[in-house]
Amino acid sequence: MNVEAPPGPDAPRKALASDRAVSERRLGWKLVAPAVFMMLLVTAYPMMNALYLSLFSYRLTDPAGKEFVGLRNYAVVLGDSLWWQDVFTTVTITVITVVVELILGFAFAMVMHKIVFGKREVRTSILIPYGIITVVSAFAWRYAFALDSGFVNEWFNLGDKSWFGERWSSLAVISLSEIWKTTPFISLLLLAGLAQVPDVLQEAAQIDGASWSQRLTKVTLPNMKAAILVAVLFRTLDAYRLFDNVFIMTSGAQRTETVSFLAYRQMISRTALGLGSAVSVLLFLSVLLIAAGFIKGFKVDLSQVRGG
Amino acid sequence: MKRREGPWTILGAVLIIAWALAPVVWIISLSLKAGDDINNNKFWPTKFSTENYETVFNTPLFTSALRNSIGISLLATALSVAIATVAAYAIARLDFPGKKTVLSIALAIAMFPAVSLVGPLFNIWRSVGLYDTWLGLIIPYMSFTLPLSLWTLSAFFREIPWEMEEAAQMDGATPWQAFRKVIVPLAAPGVFTAAILAFFFAWNDFVFGISLTSTDAARPVPAALAFFTGASQFQQPAGAISAAAVVVTIPVVVLVLLFQKKIVAGLTNGAVKG
Repeated sequence: MNVEAPPGPDAPRKALASDRAVSERRLGWKLVAPAVFMMLLVTAYPMMNALYLSLFSYRLTDPAGKEFVGLRNYAVVLGDSLWWQDVFTTVTITVITVVVELILGFAFAMVMHKIVFGKREVRTSILIPYGIITVVSAFAWRYAFALDSGFVNEWFNLGDKSWFGERWSSLAVISLSEIWKTTPFISLLLLAGLAQVPDVLQEAAQIDGASWSQRLTKVTLPNMKAAILVAVLFRTLDAYRLFDNVFIMTSGAQRTETVSFLAYRQMISRTALGLGSAVSVLLFLSVLLIAAGFIKGFKVDLSQVRGG
Repeated sequence: MKRREGPWTILGAVLIIAWALAPVVWIISLSLKAGDDINNNKFWPTKFSTENYETVFNTPLFTSALRNSIGISLLATALSVAIATVAAYAIARLDFPGKKTVLSIALAIAMFPAVSLVGPLFNIWRSVGLYDTWLGLIIPYMSFTLPLSLWTLSAFFREIPWEMEEAAQMDGATPWQAFRKVIVPLAAPGVFTAAILAFFFAWNDFVFGISLTSTDAARPVPAALAFFTGASQFQQPAGAISAAAVVVTIPVVVLVLLFQKKIVAGLTNGAVKG
């Protein structure tokens, strides 16, 4: 992104009046200081605290037993198959939901790009899942599939299928809720990307006799690569934090626990602050790793990202 | 290429609308079921009842949660938009080293997993007396509302023709007049959009809500829903939870209906630069 301010009308004068530049610089720092201070206060400070706590064996119920253990908490977490099972669950759901959302979101974007009549209605409808509370979405889907209140089994003649009694069917419903709620975000980003593809290129390809699929793969997709990568990066990081849907639908039962849920359970339910902090730090590191992987691997130019 | 709607586009539009609204219609339908109807395994109730709405509005746990949610979300939104407006103005308008870094910090923080903050905040808040208070949620909410507002606003402010302020001053307006009559009307839509998006995020929070509260003093609606068990232990809570869910969805629907264009612009306003 081009964050440089457009050169003001006084730009040429600035070189002469360097004290003016200094005062502008001071004013700039003063104006961003509250924002930077608040952002660091609410994230960097707690994260430092988590880093510190993760080096102790410390349970809130036994404060006297607080003891420095070095990296032992990390060894415990990484040596436990539960951690790896949760990582596997989280990664699987992340990959499945992001792939489905990308395909579905692209189809939606194509429709929204073409539509003229009813454009407003479609955009308004699609923003409702975007704005709805995740917990509300989770309840809606849970009750739709539940044995007692649900209609899905009845509609599809599935008898007494207990969706939440088994791992993969639970994960399927969790993914559905997640996909419903977050596809609008991807589709709107892709729509903005589609709008960037020059119509001239499409026309030229059509005149040259390119088929619909050729135009899609040779013209449309390459021209919106940046939009796709940004959408995928944002959604991947968001999906990896999956928590609300799991909490409402299964509370982590049937091996549906995600990494975020594990951190929450250790910290808040078990009040094992030392061990829980280690999980939190590892969760944070995995998010960092995914982001770095994307930026390096796919050369996502974050300077092109704005808003969202 | 002319954009003409083929039959496929129209079918697609109908499918999108159905897909987006079906779960909402379903939860409304469930909220209007009473008694045995809740477990009738049908999409629609056999007879409509407002019983569940009466239950939730007579449940102090829900009404206090609604008050908490509205108050906390609005305050967190107002505070972050105010701080972000000042910062975004500086980033768009002034020349100083480090402004790119500020935006990078905001982006990094927006990607931060909230759960990572919950444990340490739980620990710190208990020792400083912020646990289970409004402020104890407003501050963590700013970990996502502030970076979001800052990004949205910097994107908007970049498009503002700031020279107009000086032009107005040359035409004889005082600096304050120029700011109020020229800049404020240009910046207001961006500030407003940032506020809507920040409000959505604050309204949606669940992780902080369940971890940093223990009573109805500060517990917001999403957290209260998760702990809601119905008026009595013999009553099926699905109906009441659905009614509560519908109530908290109303503000979202109203905002979307009124400001659809602004929200789309805020989400995508040059979100991707070709």
